[in-house]
Amino acid sequence: MFEDMQTVYIWIVLAPLIGAIIAGLFGKVVGRTGAHIAAIAGVAIAFILSLYVFKDIVIDGAQAFNGAVYTWLVSDGVRFEVGFLIDSLSAMMMVVVTFVSLMVHIYTIGYMKDDDGYQRFFSYIALFTFSMLMLVMSNNFLQLFFGWEAVGLVSYLLIGFWYKKPTAIYANLKAFLVNRVGDFGFLLGIAAVLMYFGSLDYATVFNNVDKVNNLTMSIIPNQDWSVITVICILLFIGAMGKSAQIPLHVWLPDSMEGPTPISALIHAATMVTAGIYMVARMSPLFELSTTALSFVMVIGATTALFMGMLGLVQNDIKRVIAYSTLSQLGYMTVALGASAYGAAVFHLMTHAFFKALLFLGAGAVIIAMHHEQDMRKMGGLRKYLPITWFTSMIGSLALIGTPGFAGFFSKDSIIEAVGHSTIPGASYAYFAVLAGVFITALYSFRLYFMVFHGKERMDEHTRSHLHEPSWVVTLPLILLAIPSVVIGYLYVDSMAFGNFFGDAIFVLPQHDVLGEVAKMFAGASSIAWAMMLHSVFTLPFWLAASGVATAWFLYMKRPDIPAVIQQRFSLIYTILINKYGFDRFNEIVFAGGSRAIGKICWRYFDVKLIDTFVINGSAKTVGWVSLILRRMQTGYLYTYAFAMIVGLCGLLLIFVYPLK
Amino acid sequence: MSFEIPDVMPALPEIFILSMACIILVVDLFLSKTSRGASYMLSQATLIIAVLITVATFSEASVLSFSDTFVRDGIADVLKIAVYIATFMVFLYAKDYLKDRGLFKGEFYTLGLFAVLGMMILISAHNFLTIYLGLELLSLSLYAMVALHRDSIQASEAAMKYFVLGAIASGMLLYGMSMIYGITGSLDLAVISANAANVSDNIVLIFGIVFLLIGVAFKLGAVPFHMWVPDVYQGAPTAVTIFIGSAPKLAAFAMLMRLLMDGLGSVSAQWQDILILLVLLSLAVGNIVAIAQVNIKRMLAYSTISHIGFLMLGVVAGTEEGVSASMFYAITYTLMSLGGFAMIILLSRKGFEAEKLADFKGLNQRSPWYAFLMLILMFSMAGVPPFLGFWAKLSVLSAVISVDLVWLAVASVIFSIIGAFYYLRVIKIMYFDKAESSEPIHCSKDMSLLISVNAFAVLLIGLFPGGLLSLCLNVVSAS
Repeated sequence: MFEDMQTVYIWIVLAPLIGAIIAGLFGKVVGRTGAHIAAIAGVAIAFILSLYVFKDIVIDGAQAFNGAVYTWLVSDGVRFEVGFLIDSLSAMMMVVVTFVSLMVHIYTIGYMKDDDGYQRFFSYIALFTFSMLMLVMSNNFLQLFFGWEAVGLVSYLLIGFWYKKPTAIYANLKAFLVNRVGDFGFLLGIAAVLMYFGSLDYATVFNNVDKVNNLTMSIIPNQDWSVITVICILLFIGAMGKSAQIPLHVWLPDSMEGPTPISALIHAATMVTAGIYMVARMSPLFELSTTALSFVMVIGATTALFMGMLGLVQNDIKRVIAYSTLSQLGYMTVALGASAYGAAVFHLMTHAFFKALLFLGAGAVIIAMHHEQDMRKMGGLRKYLPITWFTSMIGSLALIGTPGFAGFFSKDSIIEAVGHSTIPGASYAYFAVLAGVFITALYSFRLYFMVFHGKERMDEHTRSHLHEPSWVVTLPLILLAIPSVVIGYLYVDSMAFGNFFGDAIFVLPQHDVLGEVAKMFAGASSIAWAMMLHSVFTLPFWLAASGVATAWFLYMKRPDIPAVIQQRFSLIYTILINKYGFDRFNEIVFAGGSRAIGKICWRYFDVKLIDTFVINGSAKTVGWVSLILRRMQTGYLYTYAFAMIVGLCGLLLIFVYPLK
Repeated sequence: MSFEIPDVMPALPEIFILSMACIILVVDLFLSKTSRGASYMLSQATLIIAVLITVATFSEASVLSFSDTFVRDGIADVLKIAVYIATFMVFLYAKDYLKDRGLFKGEFYTLGLFAVLGMMILISAHNFLTIYLGLELLSLSLYAMVALHRDSIQASEAAMKYFVLGAIASGMLLYGMSMIYGITGSLDLAVISANAANVSDNIVLIFGIVFLLIGVAFKLGAVPFHMWVPDVYQGAPTAVTIFIGSAPKLAAFAMLMRLLMDGLGSVSAQWQDILILLVLLSLAVGNIVAIAQVNIKRMLAYSTISHIGFLMLGVVAGTEEGVSASMFYAITYTLMSLGGFAMIILLSRKGFEAEKLADFKGLNQRSPWYAFLMLILMFSMAGVPPFLGFWAKLSVLSAVISVDLVWLAVASVIFSIIGAFYYLRVIKIMYFDKAESSEPIHCSKDMSLLISVNAFAVLLIGLFPGGLLSLCLNVVSAS
């Protein structure tokens, strides 16, 4: 169909960018309808072309593409360029990103219809799609970093979309600052890559890992650290910021201050998974450092379990899903640590669908409830919002890992893989992911029961206005519900256990946990069926079932019990409601500490040394010199002629006289 | 003695411009006041055809003609094309300004075309006499253009100063030429270059070089021979200032290059130090004094002086890389300065000259688009990546570093950081200060279009600098 695939790749990134420019810069000219048509058309083109690329690379098995399309500059042998690496991994990411983005674009028409910033919103989300595509399609670290920062910027802009709301401004500042910490590590990691590999190109770096593998560096004297380990951990710190892993997770729950469509797109389905994608992309580096893998695994496991627990005590519908996202990101990270990159990316994909579905479902509920987000004021919405109810149920079932649904295959692959891992920290991680299954089921169905079933706790006015939102809102829900059911079954064989990713992901033979898991199902014609049949005999299935049962008992059968539990275990409840004190700790130690340091620096260094001496001093000197020189410009012809003569004499004096 | 008929083909563009200038001069006599536009159209057509002629006959090989006094090579062709385009833009930018002030006369165009001819001769000079011929033709046209607004005291004063100082500088240039002729025995640049290396008396050589360089430094506006620049820039009608500030810089660069590289390339060690001194003084004075200016035309005049410092930096290196970097700088600077002065013309209207920095206050509120264009131009002049000005600075700096003059590069960067202040101040004034007038900005469609193209060229060539950079390098290394 297309002669040159390179053109296709370029248009995939350009189409959303053009949409963003039209909606953003010419928003007033094209109007609301024009803005959403431009943005949606841009993303739709990107989606269709991504599907074509997916067919080309994955189904037809075309050669992976790796090449530069534009070189900006070459400095000292390092090339700064825009280039694409299109293999099965990026092709899959492109389809997921553009599909979810397209759904969210359509949904936004309904969700934002009364908002003044309609065009601005469309411009931002189309810009986000462009940035995210730049990130996943990159073939070098520099462009990766560009995409990384660009999605961060759009995320910042969107969290603070309602810029008159103080909590939104607080939240976006927080997201910005916390991500700065992660990005600092990431940038150091990229710098280290450049320093030791002398290149920022993925292929060059991966081909030269052997040369760097045994090098050590000593940052603290007499302490030799493996260079690869340092690079991997620094890169992972970047991923911790973007993918909200403990302790850099604090920004994600607050990011829910932004409009719901972006919570679905950016803070659940795509941007926050950039860290996961990046580590999977860097698998040739991470594989060489067991230390880094252990670190990744422990961080991920901690996030998976402890962040899930926080979802149990939240009453804001979006925050529950936000903590669920944190927990699921933890699962993906654990899988990365266990070298089960395939399972991690597989979970990334299934999660993108069902979590976007859950968020958009929550958004639909919020619209119906007239922007009420407190679950205690909901209940019994099933009969008012049948489509939202049904699709949310599918999303929840997929999330908790009900056999047959998408989440089941990806999550069970992760749990099995972690069970087979032998690196330090694996047993802790295994425990955490197992316990996490129960917690996930409990908070998911707590939300589901509180919102859609039980007593109707809203006021009369709200109840009388309850109705299903328009088709632009429900259509994306239905379209997202379909992959939430079937995508796991379709791709578990190839993505988690098969050779879907080919050369895109590299696993050392001794780390190949997914291979070990696959041996369990050896002989079965379809691993998907074997997994489903096998699941009834495994712990995760029963944990999930008991989670649902507990939720049903506590919130349907005996709604009085949660209050009692809350009283009895008030210590635990206080810890959970305070989110383990991370926010308080950051507020006092980091924010307070840096403010104190800042004050000292300001008072002594800035005001006394720099302001009075360096700045004012040099400014005064420059001003003084310029005044004198200006005075010399008298405006009289003879002064000018005289200056020329002086210049002539000066030159003769300096250059000719010494020769005498 | 036989008289050989010279090969006139290399000088075809010059002959064409000369003929057209004469035709326009005559045609203009028969035009009524209302049909003056015909002179304008004819001049623009002349420039466009000149571009076509030069492009059609473009080649990198160098050809000598007129008893070796005239050279046509790749450098000359590229610079000439740049001159035509710059002049075309000047004429377009100036049109409405001149009409509003009753200056829309044929003289502007004939003088302009004669100045273009002077620049072309200067660019193609291969002999001291041709250099002098071109320089005088250019200068005399410019003196007259500055005085175009006869009733303006300021303009007459500026023209007088320019003329007297220019005469002094010409005298010094001639004196230097005669010195060098005296010891090398030739006026031909190639012969001078060959003989200068064997000169026994260095004192006379350097004595000559000093005088020669003063002539060039005056034309470029390098410190301490820069005094005329701010007064003339401010005093001349803006439509003339934009001309003086753009195309002649290309010719002045050519003059510098022809004299020092073609003529005295063999003794580069003798003039390198003098040039370094001029560079440092220009950078220092240009950047520092610009800070104290409240008149934007004066500010841009000092900014020119500092840019000239950078432009000479590449020639200091004395390498092919350096000369091509300087050439790139000259073209780049012309483009940016055209845009900058065009903005001043744009904001002015009948009876009001937008000369003060304060006139740019709150431009963003009055017209976000023009404010954005000015932002591009100012960032580019300050040398902020990815705009064109960044590449120009980067290439001259790397040329200097490659001949181990790192200290000079560092000093230049420091001065350009000081200079960034006054460019950024313009941006600050446009975006953060409150507008003093809420009058909408009127300008004709063609001007609005051209100024947008101009600013975006600065951005786009900055994003894709490879083509122009390699063109400059190719023509320099081929000659």
